[in-house]
Amino acid sequence: MEAWQQHIIEAIAAAGIRQVAYVPDAGHTPVIQACEADPAIEATVLTTEEEGIALLAGAWLGGQRGCLLMQSSGVGNCINMLALAKAGGFPLPMLVTMRGEWAEFNGWQVPMGRATTPALEAIGVMVHRAERAEEVADAVSGAFDLAFHGELPVAVLLAQRLTGRKRW
Amino acid sequence: MTGLDRRDAVAALLAERGDLLVVTGLGSPAYDACAAGDHPRTYYLWAAMGGAVPMGLGLALARPEDPVLVLTGDGELLMGLGALATAGAKRPANLSIVVLDNRRYGETGMQESHTARGIDLVGVADACRFAWTQRVSTMDDVHALAPRLQARSGLGLALLEVQADDPPRVLPTRDGHWLKRRMREALGVA
Repeated sequence: MEAWQQHIIEAIAAAGIRQVAYVPDAGHTPVIQACEADPAIEATVLTTEEEGIALLAGAWLGGQRGCLLMQSSGVGNCINMLALAKAGGFPLPMLVTMRGEWAEFNGWQVPMGRATTPALEAIGVMVHRAERAEEVADAVSGAFDLAFHGELPVAVLLAQRLTGRKRW
Repeated sequence: MTGLDRRDAVAALLAERGDLLVVTGLGSPAYDACAAGDHPRTYYLWAAMGGAVPMGLGLALARPEDPVLVLTGDGELLMGLGALATAGAKRPANLSIVVLDNRRYGETGMQESHTARGIDLVGVADACRFAWTQRVSTMDDVHALAPRLQARSGLGLALLEVQADDPPRVLPTRDGHWLKRRMREALGVA
């Protein structure tokens, strides 16, 4: 596990997050494993990322904090469902591992990677970005604070330079 | 016209709702729930089509001691069909789904949905490991279903075969923030 991944696990625990919803990504693997193994956290694997927006709105209705893990391709699956987080004022921290940028092998990942920030901003989600490992803890804990206290959706994009070169 | 009267059926399901928490899909099921009586433990969706089941799932996981009902229509469920697999993978005992199946997209002009073309949503729920499923076509069965929704007796889905009609709209508030605060206050988590 990389240090920045450990920092995400620690930030999730420190924020009192009880539900973690995810569509798997290689960069999130240790975080997903830690959440699945933690009896204090209900981890839910999704068939598509948009389910997570509604799932975590339901969690908040019931008094629990949640966060959503996905890769950038999943952002495209979320756009219409984000109306729920906006219209209902639901906290929604989204941790997004980027594809389609530095050292990308698969050109099919590039269109959604390039559209990730503009699409999120167009629907009204605040976007933060971490390029280096030492930025991750602060970016993630800050996004949690903003989401839970401001009751709004916030995305943290974890850059491909951070998550590393994919081996084929 | 064959099938249950949707307003009568929903009124019967919610008449003695106890601690039931309700999430409705957008459109007619929201109007049906509102017509049965607005309640602090009801959250109405006005968009987010396909979101009712996952929202109910997140609520059920957060509140294992409370029964949760997702009240939605065939079209809304079809847009988020994968959520039945997500719910089936978690299997919370306190989550029930009632599908008001009129085989139409009511909000947009009563166009035929997939259930009018032979798609079996009860069969999908069975394949997704639901603990119980039921097809309901009489008011006697509706009355028998009502206590089951409060029993926390396993992940369930009941499909109500309702008339393809368009009863007068009874509109709940569209203030999603207020509905959220109202339910959180009712649950003591605000």
